[in-house]
Amino acid sequence: MALITAGVGSSHVPLLGVAVDQGKTGDDYFGPIFKGYEWTREWEKREKPDVVILVYNDHASAFDANIIPTFAIGTGERYKPADEGWGPRPVPDVIGHPDLAWHIAQSLILDDFDMTIINEMDVDHGLTVPLSMMFDQPAQWPCKVIPLAVNVVTYPVPSGNRCWLLGEAIARAVASYPEDLKVQIWGTGGMSHQLQGPRAGLLNREWDNRFMDLLVGDSQAARHIPHIEYLRETGSEGIEMVMWLIMRGALGHATRCLHRHYHIPCSNTAIGHIVLEPAQ
Amino acid sequence: MTTPHSDIHEYLAQFEDIPGTRIYTAARARQGYHLNQFAMSLMKPENREKWKAGERAYLDQWPLSEDQKQAVLARDYNRLLDLGGNIYFMSKIFSTDGIPFAEACSTMTDMTFPEYRQMMLEGGRSPEGNRSIKANRAAAEGKG
Repeated sequence: MALITAGVGSSHVPLLGVAVDQGKTGDDYFGPIFKGYEWTREWEKREKPDVVILVYNDHASAFDANIIPTFAIGTGERYKPADEGWGPRPVPDVIGHPDLAWHIAQSLILDDFDMTIINEMDVDHGLTVPLSMMFDQPAQWPCKVIPLAVNVVTYPVPSGNRCWLLGEAIARAVASYPEDLKVQIWGTGGMSHQLQGPRAGLLNREWDNRFMDLLVGDSQAARHIPHIEYLRETGSEGIEMVMWLIMRGALGHATRCLHRHYHIPCSNTAIGHIVLEPAQ
Repeated sequence: MTTPHSDIHEYLAQFEDIPGTRIYTAARARQGYHLNQFAMSLMKPENREKWKAGERAYLDQWPLSEDQKQAVLARDYNRLLDLGGNIYFMSKIFSTDGIPFAEACSTMTDMTFPEYRQMMLEGGRSPEGNRSIKANRAAAEGKG
């Protein structure tokens, strides 16, 4: 049977993709950020997940203003890196796992989550930057990927509690898949950042770290953080952190922290990542 | 950490209390629909060519208000947010101009780009005094 063995929370700042693609990961600006991911890259080499369920948001790349799915799951065979205005990133195509993805989609719908199903789409930095952070620059990505896109742009976005519940339902769906597969779930985006208006540039080291604390152990508190708290405390784009709660919800009753790292700044953003495994 | 709001009016009203911030609500999404779709069209290289060849003529093909068109031509991003633009869509305009995200962000603040970059290096803008318009007003009145 398939099993979720670990969860990762990580920022997905586009500039990190630029740093990888242009070979700048060791310089003074990016060095401290990539140093924080060294442990995780080694750990991923040992863990060798078969599939990653990658929770992210599209940034006006695959979806325009026309159709706004709250939760969308990719059931395609493969996804190309999106052209975000300066040509697609020079990274491998992302290979899907249509059988598991369809199994999860069907199970979620029966479990009262009315998913949007996407067969063909390009994937932007929200999805490819975390892959680069965890796997560096391989000729092919070392695992299959099921994209799970969340609307965190047009309000109302899903509540933290709804995200957590979706994570729980994903874990149930994965556990009922007959093939033996090692599955990880990654929640991406954040941490504190605001990309708009006179308040642009807001960062909140204290709040971000408290949020990471809440993901460890058996605390249920993070699922009840209201949208307004993310917005006031972590900037308008800090709301992306609700996507980390899908990951946390999928890890069950309690978690153990294997690694965490935090750094300010990367462009407009506070960078954080955390590696968790289910406890018990 | 309280229970999330379920009353839509109350939920939306609190967004107006955040200083220097335009939350992309349904009302903004509706007002800015064509503005955002125009910006999205710049994802295609052939459209970027047409846009660069004549911005006004390209804009005139879209059902935008004159205010929206003027704000695009002036690259006034705060104004564009007020007119229903969403920053991820507006980023197609400044990407086409070859301007990095952080520089575009700085144009919405009262800082130059070097000043903004320095603020980020020093830990970013503090949330202190930036959480609530009402709280700021109350604090100001308290002092006065």
